[in-house]
Amino acid sequence: MLEVALRHRFPGFALDAEFASPGPGVTALFGPSGCGKSTILAAIAGLLRPEAGRVALDGAVLLDTARGIALPPERRRCGVVFQDSRLFPHLSVASNLRYGLRRAPRDATGPSVEEVVALLGLGALLGRRPLGLSGGERQRVALGRALLARPRLLLMDEPLASLDAARRAEVLPFLARLRDAAGLPILYVTHALEEVDALADRLVLLEAGRVLAEGPVEALAARPDLPALARRRDAGALIGCTVLAQDAARGLTRLGFEGGALEVAQRLGLAVGARLRLRLRARDVAVALEAPRGVSMHNILPCRLESIAPAGEAEVLLRLLVGPTPLLARITRDSQARLGLAPGMAVFALVKSVAFDHAAVAA
Amino acid sequence: MLSPEEWEAVRLSLAVAGRSVLVSLLPAVLVAWALARGRFPGRMLLDALVHLPLVVPPVVVGWGLLMLFGLRGPVGAVLNDWFGIRLVFTTGGAALATAVMSFPLIVRSVRLGLEGLDPGLEAAARTLGAGPLDRFLTVTLPLMSPGILAGAVTAFAAGLGEFGAVITFASNIPGETQTLPLAIYAATQTPGGEAAAGRLALVSFALALAGLLLAELAGRRLGRWIGRT
Repeated sequence: MLEVALRHRFPGFALDAEFASPGPGVTALFGPSGCGKSTILAAIAGLLRPEAGRVALDGAVLLDTARGIALPPERRRCGVVFQDSRLFPHLSVASNLRYGLRRAPRDATGPSVEEVVALLGLGALLGRRPLGLSGGERQRVALGRALLARPRLLLMDEPLASLDAARRAEVLPFLARLRDAAGLPILYVTHALEEVDALADRLVLLEAGRVLAEGPVEALAARPDLPALARRRDAGALIGCTVLAQDAARGLTRLGFEGGALEVAQRLGLAVGARLRLRLRARDVAVALEAPRGVSMHNILPCRLESIAPAGEAEVLLRLLVGPTPLLARITRDSQARLGLAPGMAVFALVKSVAFDHAAVAA
Repeated sequence: MLSPEEWEAVRLSLAVAGRSVLVSLLPAVLVAWALARGRFPGRMLLDALVHLPLVVPPVVVGWGLLMLFGLRGPVGAVLNDWFGIRLVFTTGGAALATAVMSFPLIVRSVRLGLEGLDPGLEAAARTLGAGPLDRFLTVTLPLMSPGILAGAVTAFAAGLGEFGAVITFASNIPGETQTLPLAIYAATQTPGGEAAAGRLALVSFALALAGLLLAELAGRRLGRWIGRT
């Protein structure tokens, strides 16, 4: 359990944030540039001294300005992965990896060098210097170095932000593996929704130094009242799914979720039973009063219209419930009027099978 | 090629320059550290003070040393009466005068190296559990070593030729304080000494050039070693 409460003023910017993150798993600090998310990370790591605040990890107080406690970073045991990897240029990859391990307390437990090297695919890099590595390789080494310091908490400050799309795609699976293998609480700062979708269990939504909302990612993604999420073009519900069947003859993959099932254009490489998370964008969901016939769409989901929220001048966001699972649909104000939509109505959500290009594999 | 006396001057020059670097290196690194990283009142004053030998006539530096470290000076008297150490008119004195003169060269070089060092690396070392001394020795020092080396070699090369401060504070005593430039000066003052002056000037030139080339070479190797190329 990580408890964080921080207050700090910069010229023209004030941070006043409080949140908690229970147990292992990834908590994403999400928000636009300058919302204070990196400042929060620095304060937890001890690299920035906030004016007031308290940080406690599993009951151990790292910072409590009221009681005059402020452990230096070297005694906090927070592994940090920086955006700009910050590998030591004068040391080999192997020495970089061992730097934190050599300084870890004797009784600290965690994966061995060999395990981390295997986990992150660093075997071929061990003898090399950081300067000769690609950006993606550097971040992988930085991940390993932080993990090998046997930390109690991993802090990641936009670890993929300095990489291009191809390199991001290369490192992301390693991040997911590290998350599953480390069994540590991870605080992950990002402004990229794909990374949230792929990695995060919980979300702390930040804006202008304040916490707008916090909770499980799926719950926050399906809330139409959070402009930081709902106003985005890629706004939509995140749905945890299990692969039910691969229908090679029809070229479809069938996914089950709580309350229903979806057919999507076939994704090979997904074993039956695998878990994954789909982002179903609100603008890809249409609504009908009756189950339509003679349409190309595969997915016609009976659901209940829970609420209607305005979304800009001419559009509204509908929150639909398929069993217990919420979906978002973005339609025009005109469509709402034509169909006479009102909360409580039974409707059908229509989803194209090719609408999912944002699928993210989660554990 | 060179007479024994001339060889003595070369040897003495190397010894004085070497000792001056040994004496000033550690304080110079500390001062450079304070100037680059410290936030304390009087930082600008310290900065100016360190650079004074670059702009003040060397003779004035020598005179100042004479006042401070002379047998009746506040520091010199203590050294002489309590420890039996005499600096005026000795090789040690010549080294001290040379050290003061080349001090700013080392400070500048070390400071440049320090300011080019990414403080993020030290922050990373902290998060990995390294305390102050630990991260200074394992991160900061290795990364600033090219600056230290460049400063030391430049100071050594410049120290071979220090004239004004040495002759004022330590005088021109053959075998004791007569370094290369002082020997050249003495030769030019002697009738028929032109040939000797020419030979010594050539040696002086060669040593300085070798020193600078060595600095460049070592700097590159170190740069590669710390992964900066």
